[in-house]
Amino acid sequence: MIRAHVLICGGTGCTSSGSKAIQAAFTDAIAKNGLEDEIKLVQTGCFGLCALGPVVIVYPDGTFYSRVTPEDVEEIVSEHLLKGRVVERLAYTDTGKEVAEVAASEISLSDTAFYKSQNRVVLRNCGVIDPENIEEYIAMDGYQALGKVLTEMTPEEVIKVVTDSGLRGRGGGGFPTGRKWSLCAPNKAPQKYVVCNADEGDPGAFMDRSVLEGDPHCIIEAMAIAGYAIGATQGYVYVRAEYPIAVKRLQIAIDQAREYGLLGKDIFGSGFDFDLHIRLGAGAFVCGEETALMTSIEGNRGEPRPRPPYPAVKGLYESPTVENNVETFANIPQIILRGADWFASMGTEKSKGTKVFALGGKIKHTGLVEIPMGTTLREIIEDIGGGIPNGKKFKAAQTGGPSGGCIPASLIDTEVDYDNLIAIGCMMGSGGMIVMDEDNCMVDMAKFFLEFTVDESCGKCTPCRVGTKRLLEMLDKITKGQGTLEDLDELERLCYYIKENSLCGLGQTAPNPVLATLRFFRDEYVAHVVDKKCPAGVCKDLLKFEIDKDKCIGCGMCARQCPASAISKTDYIAPGKKLPAHEIDPNKCVKCGACMSVCKFKAISKK
Amino acid sequence: MKSLAELQAIKDRMKDKVILREGSSDVRVVVGMATCGIAAGARPVLNTFVEEVNKEGLSEKVTVSQTGCIGICQFEPVVEIFEAGKEKVTYVKMDAEKAKRVVSEHLKGGKVVTEYTIANNA
Repeated sequence: MIRAHVLICGGTGCTSSGSKAIQAAFTDAIAKNGLEDEIKLVQTGCFGLCALGPVVIVYPDGTFYSRVTPEDVEEIVSEHLLKGRVVERLAYTDTGKEVAEVAASEISLSDTAFYKSQNRVVLRNCGVIDPENIEEYIAMDGYQALGKVLTEMTPEEVIKVVTDSGLRGRGGGGFPTGRKWSLCAPNKAPQKYVVCNADEGDPGAFMDRSVLEGDPHCIIEAMAIAGYAIGATQGYVYVRAEYPIAVKRLQIAIDQAREYGLLGKDIFGSGFDFDLHIRLGAGAFVCGEETALMTSIEGNRGEPRPRPPYPAVKGLYESPTVENNVETFANIPQIILRGADWFASMGTEKSKGTKVFALGGKIKHTGLVEIPMGTTLREIIEDIGGGIPNGKKFKAAQTGGPSGGCIPASLIDTEVDYDNLIAIGCMMGSGGMIVMDEDNCMVDMAKFFLEFTVDESCGKCTPCRVGTKRLLEMLDKITKGQGTLEDLDELERLCYYIKENSLCGLGQTAPNPVLATLRFFRDEYVAHVVDKKCPAGVCKDLLKFEIDKDKCIGCGMCARQCPASAISKTDYIAPGKKLPAHEIDPNKCVKCGACMSVCKFKAISKK
Repeated sequence: MKSLAELQAIKDRMKDKVILREGSSDVRVVVGMATCGIAAGARPVLNTFVEEVNKEGLSEKVTVSQTGCIGICQFEPVVEIFEAGKEKVTYVKMDAEKAKRVVSEHLKGGKVVTEYTIANNA
């Protein structure tokens, strides 16, 4: 009889930090201690706290073990599983309280600062069920919503529930999902399609990947529901080939759903047919744009096409199509089961429900968090995210990836929802959130995203293809200290030109990182062009490394470390004499900072 | 899948298998499983509790878990039962047969098996 479950995270984050080896070690240790009949090992999807991976949770106690190594496994098995003693040194117990006087065995997962303020709707099964076992999904109310829809509801009723819930597209645009479905439903055609956009391309974003890895069946169920609502019998999931674990688990899930008759002909004896196929994307960013995505599924080069006609009228294979993002779909079964009012009770007036964010950058708890809409940025960063490491100061949070903007520290109390972010010139985006501290240069950050869009522009329209390139050249000039104040005005003018004239969302939003940083951090741009200084000390061409003669003892560490031999060395010194201070030759210095990091006397500074 | 009943049957069959992951429920049965407890025979007691709780269909209400040394080694195997809003009950010198009775009378019937409690064995 099974009395305890050991859940091991099999998400991409923990897999790369070695969770496979841990699983093998658990299998061995459990066998060695003769506990095979009492302990069940489960590989799950992402728990969210990727910074502390690999993560292992033991139920029913709910003990959360972080940064587990294969060497720790024997101790967990013999101490915790055999003798019931929590291995305190590995248990994660950060409750956010100043003094944690409570024993680790008394602290459950939901008490920790990271999980306490979260509200898991989309991620409710991630890190709880085995994604490769359809029956575990069914145990968690899986496919109940599909059953309810097919046996009790008309397509119109389904659309009404989704509309009333106030769910908006989670891919970034925020278009009401119910309206999207109702625009497609009345269009008559021999074949209609449901498409799931899993082409998650923003640097730093991994919400969709985690849902596909941790709870693939909820996407299948939601797509079948959408198919019933709009009258489509065929669906495609367009997912990046760079997500091998997600692709594998989704394929297993589709095969299982077919085997159980939850995909295929006459589902639940209702006469409704629906089937699903995976299409792999080659990783072009523009293929996340809905028309480019459909063109790519058709087997053509992934380029966007002008709208109208909208996909609801002429989408995939020129047929009426509904396309939604992974996270949008993941909300659907819960909305059907628990009702529109339940969903609408979460969030703000115009943004209902929750949003998943992938926290990254200068933050303690990098990982995946799901919070109700309207949570303030301060709560996300300070409470859930654990604040900025190394005692640095928060400077800005970048949302929306290359299409988004940034929220400066002065607006940290902004309640995060679609409309508030747009009001401050930012956007929700798909949910990547990159936290920056005082060591990040905002001009450099804008340049980074521009480099990305220049690479990823498909080249079909000139404003995007040429315009973004010109923008990047201007930013490059500024970071090299060759810019002028007139350049800043020209930069801004070109940004608006590209926004107004590009064909698709990629070009229309590409200048956003520049515009947002110009708006909130114009002083940094001015420092680059007028003072020729980079206040954050990032832009190399504006930096100068200097050695403080009073602090330097001439030990030679820096000179040995310098890859460019730019630091003076002392070959011989008479006995009893003091070593002379080092000097840096600015003409040879490559500004790598290696000398600074090895100096024990803090004698080297960059300005 | 031809009917909702089929889906419900799978759900019912699987529910007991994943219920453990919902964390602690209203009633917690804690078995002392330190060296002293194991030496005195705590493992069959723990396993009996797990089996009987499932057999009686109490798994949604009752969580069976272990703890380390409770500190009264002479009374091992020791089992403590915590119930929200009630005083904890400590059973001592347990064995598999006694465990079966505790499940059926205390956990299911709501009546403490006083003859096994520490008060009557000290």
